[in-house]
Amino acid sequence: MSEQQSTSKFMQNGVVKWIEHRMPIFSFIDHSVGSGYPAPKNLSYWWNFGSLAGLALIIMIVSGIVLAMHYTPHTTLAFNSVERVMRDVNGGWLIRYLHMNGASFFFIAVYIHIFRGLYFGSYKNPRELLWIIGVLILLAMMATAFMGYVLPWGQMSYWGATVITNLFSAIPVVGDSIVTLLWGGFVVDNPTLNRFFSLHYLLPFVILGLVVVHIWALHTFGSNNPTGVDVKGPQDTIPFHPYFTIKDLFGMGVFLLIFSFFVFFAPNYFGEADNYIPANALATPPHIVPEWYFLPSYAILRAFTNDFILYWPVSWLMTAKLAGVIAMFGSIILLALVPWLDTSKVRSARFRPIYKWFFWIFVLDWIVLGMVGAHPPEGIWVLLGQISTIYYFAHLLVILPILGVIERPKALPESISASVTQPAE
Amino acid sequence: MMKPTIKTAFAAVLTAGAVAALSLTSAPAQAAGAAHKPAVQDWTFKGLFGTYDRASAQRGYKVYKEVCSACHSMNLIKFRNLQDIGFSEAQTKALAAEYEIQDGPNDDGDMFARKRTPSDPLPSPFANDKAAAAANNGKAPPDLSLITKARAQGGDSVIKVSMKHPDGFTIGADYVYALLTGYGEPPAGFELPDGGSYNKYFPGGVIAMANPLVEDGVEFSDGTKATVAQQAHDVTTFLAWAAEPELEERKRLGIKVMLFLLVLTGMLFALKRKIWSDVH
Repeated sequence: MSEQQSTSKFMQNGVVKWIEHRMPIFSFIDHSVGSGYPAPKNLSYWWNFGSLAGLALIIMIVSGIVLAMHYTPHTTLAFNSVERVMRDVNGGWLIRYLHMNGASFFFIAVYIHIFRGLYFGSYKNPRELLWIIGVLILLAMMATAFMGYVLPWGQMSYWGATVITNLFSAIPVVGDSIVTLLWGGFVVDNPTLNRFFSLHYLLPFVILGLVVVHIWALHTFGSNNPTGVDVKGPQDTIPFHPYFTIKDLFGMGVFLLIFSFFVFFAPNYFGEADNYIPANALATPPHIVPEWYFLPSYAILRAFTNDFILYWPVSWLMTAKLAGVIAMFGSIILLALVPWLDTSKVRSARFRPIYKWFFWIFVLDWIVLGMVGAHPPEGIWVLLGQISTIYYFAHLLVILPILGVIERPKALPESISASVTQPAE
Repeated sequence: MMKPTIKTAFAAVLTAGAVAALSLTSAPAQAAGAAHKPAVQDWTFKGLFGTYDRASAQRGYKVYKEVCSACHSMNLIKFRNLQDIGFSEAQTKALAAEYEIQDGPNDDGDMFARKRTPSDPLPSPFANDKAAAAANNGKAPPDLSLITKARAQGGDSVIKVSMKHPDGFTIGADYVYALLTGYGEPPAGFELPDGGSYNKYFPGGVIAMANPLVEDGVEFSDGTKATVAQQAHDVTTFLAWAAEPELEERKRLGIKVMLFLLVLTGMLFALKRKIWSDVH
């Protein structure tokens, strides 16, 4: 209660009152992340990853703005301008390595955040829109990361851009026009680099806007919690500040420690060596591999060959390439429909004995997809890719709807505070 | 805070990740020619406190200058950068002045040649990439400024290589060293194309570069015996420095940042425990 007293003391200050009367920003902050925002008291450390993703976004925007001051978006100068940042700009190597590794850590935080949502059913009524906005953020992140990777104009930048933009040519009728529009010409070249740079600077602010809307939607009903049971009253909650501000800060400390290890001691761990070779349109790298965070999507794309069983039903309609492209984008977009695909009324997997297992199989499947994406499509990897692709879609389209009907959930606790005093497991 | 199930489940995912990592480890050497795995070398620039061996890097510069630079440029390196590896300012001036560079136009509009200064880059052996390619069977020898960063065995990602190679953060340097010392007779029945040399560490086994290092090919002024292994070791140290000149500063700062974050995070944890002590 001392917090509230100090808050009110703060609010009695003349200047504060003057501003608050004209623009109630202080009460807005208090109701957003302060003592005026009640949060379930049983949130676990899995709930830290939202604020960690936010931290990563800020790191990316700040380091990115500084990098843009030194970067030259021209095919003949881009590679060397990045190297100039690494060698001649004061602290430039730090800014660039923060940005390079920041992308990976942004995705790590966001992927854990998404899987947490899937485990605890955070997407269910009334948080569907919150979840859908989250999927939009993921899509915007993927577009941003892809275009950012093109900017250093190394071999993998160039060939990654070529492979991925070429995918759009599979779209009937308008495909070739879309590719020409993406390229700004008839090959990946300077106009491509220029527009990717422009969009790479724009999209993070779109993400930031989406994050604001995401948090707005969150604050309407507040956070879900590990039991998935709704907040029944004040006994179930604690004020966001100081409890979750300090918990988030501690999480950020741990996150930054791990992040710093990679930035300072293994800065190229997540990267491809080939991207330190300047782009060369005449020499194709032996394996064109996307960044690790795209590997599961990449595996789904490549699973669609002419003999793939999922392709048969649509083989009269489209090429395998187009089916792969649709499946790749579909695998992300389908996540937006999970609130309706999951027919169970119970949110948390804690009380869903069967779903709990299928959740972890899904995680494993996603990891296998990632491994498949990292390997050339040969031997066992082809079959593994096809099986894990089938399973990915089966989980979302078949297992989730059926489980909700056949599964007998465990008894839910009366309330959050009841579950805290008497753990369910 | 974590409930036991989540803990077990988390362990399960970690195990799955470890299994994934292991299976990457056992993945067959890449399809492109099954190159040999470079041995892990004991570089001084390894580890949390690693630094470049100045004497070795200076000898390496000599190897580059007298051997490699006949074909390979190092466009990103300027003579002034050589001060990083212990050359004095006067020495870099003298080293630079050995070469000319075209400058201009002057006030009369003419281009002119002048001696290089420390702010000029190391000279390129060829006027441009086309000339380099024309003189080398159609393929320009790669610039060496970033070579240890640009080579992880067979073009694998560092993430994959370091899984195969537990302390393999210097995989690029290991590879360059292995390549320079990896020339030899091809195995029986191996068809060696004209103009190619056999090198078991090069993907496919056939490399266009002829064996560049010979015993006593250079003479080191500090009296170090110029064996092939010594030259390869020294020039690789030089190339590793050229690729990552920020490495020492990066690691020094990294130690400070990690220590700071460790203390900060510890204090935040203590504060968290204290603040949460009244929550039941």
